[in-house]
Amino acid sequence: MIQAFAFYLFATLMIASGAITILARNPVHSVLWLILAFFNAAGLMVLAGAEFIAMLLVIVYVGAVAVLFLFVVMMLDIDFAELRAGFINNFPLGFVLAVVLLAELVLGVGAYRAGALPLGVADGTGAATAGLSNTAAIGALLYSRYLFLFEAAGVILLVAMIGAIVLTHRQRSGVRGQNIAKQVARRPEDATINVQPEVGKGVQL
Amino acid sequence: MIGIEHYVVVSAILFVLGVLGIFLNRKNVIIILMAIELILLSVNLNLVAFSAALHDLVGQIFAMFVLTVAAGEAAIGLAILVIYFRGRGTIAVDDVNRMKG
Repeated sequence: MIQAFAFYLFATLMIASGAITILARNPVHSVLWLILAFFNAAGLMVLAGAEFIAMLLVIVYVGAVAVLFLFVVMMLDIDFAELRAGFINNFPLGFVLAVVLLAELVLGVGAYRAGALPLGVADGTGAATAGLSNTAAIGALLYSRYLFLFEAAGVILLVAMIGAIVLTHRQRSGVRGQNIAKQVARRPEDATINVQPEVGKGVQL
Repeated sequence: MIGIEHYVVVSAILFVLGVLGIFLNRKNVIIILMAIELILLSVNLNLVAFSAALHDLVGQIFAMFVLTVAAGEAAIGLAILVIYFRGRGTIAVDDVNRMKG
């Protein structure tokens, strides 16, 4: 009972906040509603028994991706009213396409539910070990069978990081940065000497 | 235990909302990126729901990889957005055919 209540609460809130995300006038509000959608999705995942993915969703999406969005939205000085110009024109086509897509997807679920369509059966190799928590079971699987995929995911993140830095880094001219090689190569002989010559003696260079 | 169909329908609705968001905000690339995030979220929800229903953890591991790719995609997308804005002074993407590719 409480499960069904929680499910419908999370699902309704998630869909509502997803809808406001794409409809909101102000992109900052969009990002905030997106965060709410992520939280509710995390709730749904906890309900399904996937605590680890749920917490990962909160940490990665809310903590990193949404904040990144917020940063960019606030950093760029954009006229958002102008960007919404085609909103009404695009609405009919988009709405029809969305309804068709949703009808097809729900039809697929209905066809499955009518029976006689076998769902793929798990071969048992990915089954959680009895007595382990969700996180421990995922770790046991991830660090053994999916180790190389895990490493590949790390490489993807590294490439994304380097790519983002290379893309946004700009070489500004006219900036006097620190030239470490020049500083290290400097010798006392090349330096300016502060002397106080007596009158008429001159300075030895 | 909530039936798998409920989860599938909910994530289907979220997926469609994401697609609709791309259609409605064709100019605003920030909202398009957010709509893509919504789509990936619905896919993740589906993977987790099936993983729970089939008692197989592979779905959750796959959801983790989807999460990884989504994070990378958001970072790269926003970086491209920033340099695009720097060059053009706007982020309207309905006329990005400047390179005539």
